[in-house]
Amino acid sequence: MAKYLLLKHYRGGPAPAVDWAPMDRWTPDEVDAHVQFMRDFAARLEETGEFVDTQALAPDGAFVRYAGEGRPPVTDGPFVETKDLIAGWYIVDVESWDRAVQLAGELSAAPGPGGKPIYEWLEVRPFLAASPTVTE
Amino acid sequence: MNEPLLRDLVPAAIGVIVRRGADFAAAEDAVQDALVEAVRVWPDDPPRDPKGWLVTVAWRKFLDAARADTSRRHREARVEREPMPGPGEEADDTLRLYFLCAHPSLTPASAVALTLRAVGGLTTRQIAQAYLVPEATMAQRISRAKRTVAGVRFNQPGNVATVLRVLYLVFNEGYSGDVDLAAEAIRLTRQLAAKTLHEEAAGLLALMLLHHARRPARTGADGRLVPLAEQARGLWNTRLIAEGVDVLQTALARDRLGEFQAQAAIAALHADARTAEETDWAQIVEWYDELVRLTDNPVARLNRAVAVGEAEGPLAGLAALAGLDPALPRHAAAAAYFHERAGDPVAAARLYAQAARSAPNLPERDHLTRQAARLNAPLRG
Repeated sequence: MAKYLLLKHYRGGPAPAVDWAPMDRWTPDEVDAHVQFMRDFAARLEETGEFVDTQALAPDGAFVRYAGEGRPPVTDGPFVETKDLIAGWYIVDVESWDRAVQLAGELSAAPGPGGKPIYEWLEVRPFLAASPTVTE
Repeated sequence: MNEPLLRDLVPAAIGVIVRRGADFAAAEDAVQDALVEAVRVWPDDPPRDPKGWLVTVAWRKFLDAARADTSRRHREARVEREPMPGPGEEADDTLRLYFLCAHPSLTPASAVALTLRAVGGLTTRQIAQAYLVPEATMAQRISRAKRTVAGVRFNQPGNVATVLRVLYLVFNEGYSGDVDLAAEAIRLTRQLAAKTLHEEAAGLLALMLLHHARRPARTGADGRLVPLAEQARGLWNTRLIAEGVDVLQTALARDRLGEFQAQAAIAALHADARTAEETDWAQIVEWYDELVRLTDNPVARLNRAVAVGEAEGPLAGLAALAGLDPALPRHAAAAAYFHERAGDPVAAARLYAQAARSAPNLPERDHLTRQAARLNAPLRG
């Protein structure tokens, strides 16, 4: 088994397949259907024994860096208007890269306006594992 | 065996071990070890005197641990020379344990963890699960907290207000994992209120009971947040409401008002309304005036503005909000609500979307997004 991060970029990533409106422009039923899909997705992963974690992130926050000895850190942002915003993630523990890609494909089909898939770009990244005990 | 009942005995048992000469950290470890044994042994062989059993076993665990540690031999000798304290100090022991675990030298997170373990008798694993952190992290937090209070003398008088703040934090954390922190906070506050005449302890207990009573109605079957005005009031727990009102009235009768009593009074007025329309908003505004006077808390001011809008109309609500910092949590959501009622769905939709972006949790964000969507749908044509 290997762990993968399925990173949700909201409307960011490569060129969008469908340029969907932000969620507050959907109908309430469309919002409900989308939220329910996310819950069901996590529940399905738990059932198959592949779920590790899911978290959502608030859009606020800032970039922070060291500013030199004795100085408070420098901050920049928040950049709430940016389109490429990490909105959250799922972490799955699966048999293969192919399975991770398959799951990301399912997640990307979350319903949006008109109940149609939003074709969201998911970034799939393998975790670097701890070194194995047996190496030869 | 009833686990919460078993855990009720924990603070008194720790108190006895400390009075026999153990330091707090060692006494706490010994009682935790005794608890583990109780869970194993009691189902087949229940003791006639559970507390006596727990103290005896914990004391033996303490002596074993002390003997195993050669550097502690001298202390052990001293302990065995000292006379056993008489009975009658039990209530004070429990109270002192609350004070110690909420000591002002601790950060709020450490005080919460130490209270849940030493007063609540929860295991480190249970506390870690409830706060969604690794068990090793929680173990470190607890042992650092124990070291921080190591120098505090056990018989020092404490401040009930600091204890209440810790219990309030536990209650507000809600529930995840197999430990219901809200129920645990109620159990600990009930125990505290029984041992002190402090009217704010009663006020906090009443506040918790009245909020807990609404919990079944607060979340829909699909996990979505149901706002107070839309809750099915038949789902409210009338037994908890009756108890909360009773506790509150007794506290108020002592005529020493505090912030928890004022908050509980507001919760009681909501509980008293059979429908949202019957809510006595004018009286709620008066209680918020008291709360603002007592705390000068900006969140209380915001809630007061919302109550003013409910009592006197949306324009009065907006006027009250205008005097407050727009960066306050839920300011945008409150403004959106009154703009809609004042007939301005465009401003309301914009503010709901803004509020959703700064929502503190997922159910609230989904709720606010849904509100924006509801208003945007007809505008979109």
